[in-house]
Amino acid sequence: MQTRVVGAPVPRKEGVAKLTGQARYIDDLSLPGMIFGATVRSSIARGAIEEVRFGEGIPWHEFTIVTAKDIPGRNVVALILNDQPCLADGFVNHPEEPILLLAHPDRHVLASAVAAVKITYKASPSVHTIEESERRDVIIWGEDNIFKSFRMEKGDVDQAWKDAAWIVEGEYHTGAQEQLYIEPNGVIAQAGLDGSLTVWGSMQCPFYMHKALVAITGLPPENVRVIQSETGGAFGGKEEYPSILAGHAALLAMKSGRPVKMIYDRMEDMAATTKRHPSRTRHRTAVSADGKLLAAEIEFVTDGGAYATLSSTVLSRGTIHAGGPYNWPNIRVTSKSYATNTPPHGAFRGFGAPQSLFAMERHMDVVAKTIGMAPDEFRRRNLLRQGMSTATNQVIRDPIVMDKMLERALELTDYHAKTSRFAEQNTKSSQKKGLGIAAFLHGSGFTGSGERYLNSLVGVEATATGGLRVLVSSTEFGQGTNTILCQIAAETLGLEYEDVCIAQVDTSTCPNSGPTVASRTAMIIGKIVQTAALQMKQTLIESGLLQPTGGRAEFLAACQAYRKQFGELKSYSRYEAAPNIFWNDETYSGEAYPAYAWAVYVAEVTVDTLTYSVTLDDFVALQEIGKVLHPVLAGGQIEGGVAQAIGYALYEKVIWKDGRMINNQMTNYIMPTAVDLPPIRVYFEEVPYQYGPYGAKGIGELPMDGPAPAILNAVAQATGVEFHSIPLLPEDIFRGLTAQPERPPEPLEVALAAKGSQ
Amino acid sequence: MNTNMASRQEVSFTVNGEPHTVSVFPMERLLDVLRNELGLTGAKEGCGEGECGSCSVLMNGELVNSCLVPVLQAQGATLCTIEGLAGENSLHPIQQAFLKCGGAQCGICTPGMVMATVQLLRRHPSPTLEQVREGLGGNLCRCTGYSRIFNAVLEAAGQQT
Repeated sequence: MQTRVVGAPVPRKEGVAKLTGQARYIDDLSLPGMIFGATVRSSIARGAIEEVRFGEGIPWHEFTIVTAKDIPGRNVVALILNDQPCLADGFVNHPEEPILLLAHPDRHVLASAVAAVKITYKASPSVHTIEESERRDVIIWGEDNIFKSFRMEKGDVDQAWKDAAWIVEGEYHTGAQEQLYIEPNGVIAQAGLDGSLTVWGSMQCPFYMHKALVAITGLPPENVRVIQSETGGAFGGKEEYPSILAGHAALLAMKSGRPVKMIYDRMEDMAATTKRHPSRTRHRTAVSADGKLLAAEIEFVTDGGAYATLSSTVLSRGTIHAGGPYNWPNIRVTSKSYATNTPPHGAFRGFGAPQSLFAMERHMDVVAKTIGMAPDEFRRRNLLRQGMSTATNQVIRDPIVMDKMLERALELTDYHAKTSRFAEQNTKSSQKKGLGIAAFLHGSGFTGSGERYLNSLVGVEATATGGLRVLVSSTEFGQGTNTILCQIAAETLGLEYEDVCIAQVDTSTCPNSGPTVASRTAMIIGKIVQTAALQMKQTLIESGLLQPTGGRAEFLAACQAYRKQFGELKSYSRYEAAPNIFWNDETYSGEAYPAYAWAVYVAEVTVDTLTYSVTLDDFVALQEIGKVLHPVLAGGQIEGGVAQAIGYALYEKVIWKDGRMINNQMTNYIMPTAVDLPPIRVYFEEVPYQYGPYGAKGIGELPMDGPAPAILNAVAQATGVEFHSIPLLPEDIFRGLTAQPERPPEPLEVALAAKGSQ
Repeated sequence: MNTNMASRQEVSFTVNGEPHTVSVFPMERLLDVLRNELGLTGAKEGCGEGECGSCSVLMNGELVNSCLVPVLQAQGATLCTIEGLAGENSLHPIQQAFLKCGGAQCGICTPGMVMATVQLLRRHPSPTLEQVREGLGGNLCRCTGYSRIFNAVLEAAGQQT
């Protein structure tokens, strides 16, 4: 289908404001009489609060002080299980848990006031790793420390082992990762004398915040208004966390009667807010003599932190993606998310999939090596193809171009020639080079029945100035929401891109189009924008103001005529599921996602065996995301995701001490800089998805899934040593390469492979 | 930092061509004075310790992290912030290039990144990619993976990308 506006590199809607410094982020906003809030947090991992003392030397009468006793509604951060308190009430379950709030007109006096609040605790035993939590020596949550577990099964796994030529096992670990949006979390709350409450803030999900504020304040929903300010990066880190911060600012605003601004500094943001769930994945894989996957037994577990928050849904996506893009006749995935006394882990681009796909793709190389097959050939023999079914028994009806992308990736990287050349050169050099492949998929939209429950609503309206405005609660935080939704509306109605604008997200004026997460905005919300736009056109035609053949000028004139006659012209549309989408939550089977994005990535590395550092020399990213709505924005999504995933693989290590992040600064938590990254070469295959807007599918999270295993596979090829954990830092490589050579323990994979081949 | 301990004093400097005199605590951060006293909120605080470069401004033609500059050091200085870059009706060529190439995503690092580019292109009007990487090495971006920022810088330098 030929498109004019969709697929064109139109300028980002809010681009000029961002480039001239005029865009208003939360800390750029100020209200008359505004005061500043700060949080007193737990210094221990777990225990009872025995006493709170307000120390000497601080004019406490000048402060507004809020404790759990001041909460007019329910002391919960409403989300899924509502187990997290807004403020700890007598007991803390993790370091940095909020206990008490302070506000003062002078921002600069808050730090010393926070330090002067002395809290005495009676410490209880605490749990800090998955292994400690699963031992259950100490129960810290529920009856068994388990937030959620899933079991997903296809075929007859137990019968499959006897037919295997090879059985290969492996265990893989991933660490926590900080989202590290450059704008820290922040909000401003204002409470009116009339019982109204307005919160402005940096966020992804205004209606999540709205729901949490209603629960905390006890106010009627219509009294609570949430407005998104320009948001300086989020990556999932502003999905659920801003709700608790908004609650805090609201409590201070309601008690003080003044607008309250709360902005975290970098150290507080890193120590106290969510991160990517650490994980452990165990694989047991049966392979036939000709290199076909026969069966998988996968155990996937995550560290959820101290409260359930989003751990169940992160676990769900990780579970469903655990088998990767492969054809498994038999597969069983069991998964659990465990409680630990750490700040709750949360949403982060990829949402569980980067963890389980790291394990799957690293394991594919381990299996390939064990059975003596090249990694590309082993994948080629097992990739999902059109008509085959995924681990949830979802038959893939759309064409899959993984084979094509794999071949093209090998060509673009000169894979075979380089692999041979490196193998020869590596024996003579301290600079060991290698190439690594990762093949993967990422489901677009909410998992399973999620989109039906969300039941998103989208609107378009004719503006007084002669154009069109899109009304959604889907937020812009860099990905391009504003731009692509306007492109879709313009394309649908034959308008110019400049004719369409998008409303600032405000829960009092914008419909609830659900959270801005899960790679759902382009595919799900974009489609509803298209439907709403078409309905608006239909309304104009039915009113007799527009001929069906009318062009841009006629359409815009008809909008104005309609407004003159009826006052306003708005069209709302709801989510409608694509046909043949069925999901069974009991058996965890069916259409887990309406559509998948697919990808093959190849990393080329040099491992310096003198410094044990890894340099990325090249990175090729091929993906199929349906129709590319905007080539510049789409390329930017992939490059940015790859960069973030390179950090996940090689740089970004959260160092924990008793449940607290102790390297909570940009100085000692290292993300990639402009000098660290390789050229990232991005290619798109376009297979339009019938039920997406102009064929678009989700894109945002996909690039987070593949780079880490591709890089570690390349390191394994370069060094001949298998590494099973990320982040992989030079000290880890040092340990791996200098392990005692005499009497090396026989690797488990090889032992089992030998056993399986007997 | 408790700034109430010291007494205020007057500091004068030029910002984007306009002279200003502010009454401030001498150890206040230049970033806070620009944002809170002058309402120039284009420079952002990302880390407060000179790592991220979001607060970058030009002081006497040199790129500085304004979160690390005590305002007293700006006495008599000529400052340029992101607000001073565009013409009345047109973007600066660097801003234009960032817009075209997709060099800005969430936008929070963008003012600093653009100011770093101003200095970079003054030093190297036709920079190599390595010089671009080096010149932007003190400005962190979490969205773009830098590729499109590099493209924008090269585009602004008049080099086809």
